[in-house]
Amino acid sequence: MVGTIIQAVINGLLIGGIYALVSIGVTLIFGVVKIVNFAQGEFVMIGMYISFFLSTQLGIDPIVSLVVTMPVLFVVGVLVQHFLIRRVLGPNDMPQIFLTFALSLLLLNLSLMLFTANYRTVHTWYSDEAFHFAGLYVPYAKLIAFVVAMALSGCLWVFLRTTDLGKAMRAASQNRDVASLMGINPDRVFAVAFGLALALAGAAGSLLMPFQSAYPFVGQVFVLMAFIAVVLGTLGNVIGALVASLLMGIAESLGIQFVGADSGLLVVFVMFLLTLVFKPNGLGGGKAR
Amino acid sequence: MIELQNVSAAYDRVPAIHGVTIKLGEGEAVGLLGTNGAGKSTTLRAISGLVKLTAGRVTFMGQDLAALPPHKIAELGIAHVPEGRQVFPEMTVNENLEIGSYAPRAKADRESSLDLVYTIFPRLAERRKQLAGTMSGGEQQMLAVGRGMMLKPRLLMLDEPSLGLAPVMCDVTFEKIQEIHKMGTSILLVEQNVSRALTLVERAYVLEGGQVIMHGSSAELASDKRVQAAYLGL
Repeated sequence: MVGTIIQAVINGLLIGGIYALVSIGVTLIFGVVKIVNFAQGEFVMIGMYISFFLSTQLGIDPIVSLVVTMPVLFVVGVLVQHFLIRRVLGPNDMPQIFLTFALSLLLLNLSLMLFTANYRTVHTWYSDEAFHFAGLYVPYAKLIAFVVAMALSGCLWVFLRTTDLGKAMRAASQNRDVASLMGINPDRVFAVAFGLALALAGAAGSLLMPFQSAYPFVGQVFVLMAFIAVVLGTLGNVIGALVASLLMGIAESLGIQFVGADSGLLVVFVMFLLTLVFKPNGLGGGKAR
Repeated sequence: MIELQNVSAAYDRVPAIHGVTIKLGEGEAVGLLGTNGAGKSTTLRAISGLVKLTAGRVTFMGQDLAALPPHKIAELGIAHVPEGRQVFPEMTVNENLEIGSYAPRAKADRESSLDLVYTIFPRLAERRKQLAGTMSGGEQQMLAVGRGMMLKPRLLMLDEPSLGLAPVMCDVTFEKIQEIHKMGTSILLVEQNVSRALTLVERAYVLEGGQVIMHGSSAELASDKRVQAAYLGL
């Protein structure tokens, strides 16, 4: 029994690392640019397809292909911010909601057209391998994904805390006008924030590829989890989103183990609703960031 | 150094200032005085680019500021310490100061600027690791002024630095501003506390209804019957 619980917690924690990459991106965009990016999941999907094609066409390991997906999606993020989002930023939220939602639909249908709805899988030498110790089972692919996800999250945190650009990003998220009085160009900071968020989504895609099939709708699962994590972890709070993602991964996994194979999300949503009832500002209960 | 010629500005077509003409020379301390809603803050916001001009021009050391966004204006060395302190609440005191020297012209001298600010405001040095949002109003005001100094400003614009401060803190704040001015920084001071402001500045403009209604040296204004009646309560 104890072993089963520990195993379920390990499984949840490992997938929670991927949720964290997606939700940190969503929360970064929300905190800095003040918009909700409904298309975040589609960028995970794009990251997966990039890794898939690099692997099948050029034989590059999906996890190694991270060095391609991250910069590519960073640039995509900068361009999306500069040419699309920047034009609809204003006192009214509706245009932004429609824009990112439309972007999501566009990317979904574009990928259906280009890649078809077929499931694409990459099989690596470590896809079926796992650690065994004390009766527990830790698949390599998920462990690598988790470790890299945590490392990237840590890098982002260090970037936000120690570099001038990172501090400028936090300053702009707290007070955009006053930040501009410090010589901070809000457009530039927003573009970098959007770029970083998409780079993390791309990384999530690459990390998923060894153990998850790519298909046009794959991002929807992750973006759903990300939105819940972002709310649970207090909107705009990077650490909060990380912790909430890991907790949700664990809750989902325990749900699958003890409630039923298709009830993982049920447990997550119950946890979500209870949190909203008792701690409407998120688990931390504090202000954003 | 800075010159406003017939500057008008509006928020959503509601005019806030109209035909304001102001001059400030190198090393001067000049006041913008008047009651709430007279257009003092809007004048500062027009200089720093936070509100767009609808007419007139602003020139700083010969350069026209009208087409520049706020961050470019800051890079020229105009520090605007906004009303109501507006520190970055979720960042530490030290981070707030560091970000004050984000502009390239100030970044190279960050360490010496930090030393200077911590010397002038020892209270900030004691609290350097504290989150700015958790400090008292007076401490946040010091931080806002210190953050403005981190830009190594040629012109330091202060909007109501005494607003909401206890009298003791108010005294301290004005002493510090005096100290900064004596080091050679030009200062444009917006104040509702007219008597207080006149002890600090050399000249002042009085605004009312978005227009300059009076202008003169501090001594002239302090002895003016209308100023005494309207602002000094004499």
